[in-house]
Amino acid sequence: MPSSSTGPDARTPTDRLRERWGAFVDGLSEFYHAPYRQTFARAKRDEDDHFMLVVLADALGVPDPAAYHSLELLPAVYPEFHAWHRRLGLDRSPLEHVGCC
Amino acid sequence: MNSLVLLVIGLAIFTAGYLIYSRYLSERVYQLDAAHTTPAHEFQDGVDYVPTNKFVLWGHHFTSVAGAAPIVGPGIAVIWGWLPAFVWVTVGTVFFAGMHDLGALWASARNRGQSIGTLSGRYIGPRGRNLFLVVIFLLLLMVIAAFAVVIKDLLIGTPTAVIPAWGAILVALVIGQMIYRWRMNLAVTTVIGVTALYALILLGDRFPIELGESTLGMSPATFWIVALFVYAGIASLLPVWVLLQPRDYINGVQLFIGLGILYGAVLFSAPTVVAPAFNSNVPEGTPGLVPLLFVTIACGAISGFHGMVSSGTSSKQLDKETDARFVGYFGAVGEGLLALGAIIAATAGFRTLADWEEVYSAFGNGGVGAFVQGGGAIVEGGLGLPASLSATILATMAVLFAATTMDTAVRLLRFVVQEGGDLLKVKVNKGVATAIVLVVGLALTFSQGAGGEGGMRIWPLFGTTNQLLASLTLSIVAVMLLRKGRNAWPALVPLVLVFAMAFYAAIVQLGDLYEAQDWLLLGLDLVIVVAAVWVAFEAVLSMRSARAGESEDAELVDRS
Repeated sequence: MPSSSTGPDARTPTDRLRERWGAFVDGLSEFYHAPYRQTFARAKRDEDDHFMLVVLADALGVPDPAAYHSLELLPAVYPEFHAWHRRLGLDRSPLEHVGCC
Repeated sequence: MNSLVLLVIGLAIFTAGYLIYSRYLSERVYQLDAAHTTPAHEFQDGVDYVPTNKFVLWGHHFTSVAGAAPIVGPGIAVIWGWLPAFVWVTVGTVFFAGMHDLGALWASARNRGQSIGTLSGRYIGPRGRNLFLVVIFLLLLMVIAAFAVVIKDLLIGTPTAVIPAWGAILVALVIGQMIYRWRMNLAVTTVIGVTALYALILLGDRFPIELGESTLGMSPATFWIVALFVYAGIASLLPVWVLLQPRDYINGVQLFIGLGILYGAVLFSAPTVVAPAFNSNVPEGTPGLVPLLFVTIACGAISGFHGMVSSGTSSKQLDKETDARFVGYFGAVGEGLLALGAIIAATAGFRTLADWEEVYSAFGNGGVGAFVQGGGAIVEGGLGLPASLSATILATMAVLFAATTMDTAVRLLRFVVQEGGDLLKVKVNKGVATAIVLVVGLALTFSQGAGGEGGMRIWPLFGTTNQLLASLTLSIVAVMLLRKGRNAWPALVPLVLVFAMAFYAAIVQLGDLYEAQDWLLLGLDLVIVVAAVWVAFEAVLSMRSARAGESEDAELVDRS
């Protein structure tokens, strides 16, 4: 843990102290969050994958009464589309109108 | 002998180790290079690969590797006298653990931050990876069973710790909510959390809880073990932010507070070491010092588990390669400090030799209980806290360390079971995998008696497996050094010694377990012996080919 050692500096002691404190709190938060960052990222990705499935349901041949509305979301999911179908184990794009690979 | 002398000598050895030997290792052997791009920068993704300040990274690394194990091991091992334990912890930390942890960090950082499991596949061969899975499975299983017994003993031996030990779960739950739901400032949350924990300790000290002869039809020991497994099962299934994350965090903070309390108390009270340097009067049934000392103290001298932390997470966060020296080597020194504190508590915290011998009446009887009792007396003398409160603080600390390791181990073992299921083409879901882990863990614990009476018999086996893992990591480091044409002796000497001791211990325990007619552990020990032979076989093979100069692989992954 960084401690608040001081050295010769042009800034006022209060500023220096505030800076030190800020760095300390940042370190603390890193200490809290870093060990589980990967777990969270994976959980978020799983959720995003389900969302992708819902948005693309109609295009994949699953009748979806809300297709008209979810169509609007298509552009939002395109950037992730390639990574998504690769994760599913499909080497090529399952949709003809999306030529990502 | 005054414990302060012991403390000063120990600190001097650690300091010299860090200043001299770790410099030699990082400049001559590993040749750490500040200009080399670390995986954290090369693959920076904001998730796994994040360049991190070296002090913060050391904080993670140290709190992930240090826990209850460096307390339990020395607590048991001082039965042979304080000198053997002291020498093994200090020399082990300087020449074995520091070298091993730094080596694992370096090996992984030079290989895109890959884990030891993957590296053993790369440097030792495809069988290396399977071997690694087997060793990990055994290690996690034994840690669950051993720590369930450790916690049970603490809860029964120190009834004042019951309220804070279980109340800490509530504190962690609230902290999780404060951080993620109410988005409160972390510094404020930390202060509130620690204050709440110590308030619970005060409360527990006032209201000790002792279970009756029969709780829900079970003896207290059986009840606590079952309760712990139920808890660990639930905790491992909850989303991590709800419980595991805040619990780990508070524990990390608690580790620093605990070390401060312990060392401060020794400094102020300077108690006399009552235990003999060499115990010539060991209780009947105590196994020989060689090789059992070397596996009884694994964490605190050298522990293979550190290699998993080094290569699993820390290597992906190194900002500069030269930071590895501070993070890896000094992380090991931090654990050595905890082990040294445990040795002093378990040998100097008693009034007379007779008192001490009463606690160490049989092998495995001291352990964490002696740490709490002796440490409590030292804290009482040094900081002026009442004896029972001091013992409550230390017991709570030990329970928390052991319990967080236990719930994390259940979670990790669940992944191992699921991975094993995938290999057999069977889909195992979360609940079923957890149930399998709990049933196997409970069976192993209760195979030692309905109250887990013989549970500490597992401890040396756990140490043996841990040393085997360390041998595996050291052989990877040695192979890498040989391929680069560097001085591999700093890795080879510890490798041979640690392996020889672990193997010898495994063989000795075969006889002991046969005599004790403990067939389950005997079976486990047989698996360990087979795994050990396998490790040796693969390591020798890969080192011979490394000497023969088959280094194209090394060039592929290592652009130094």
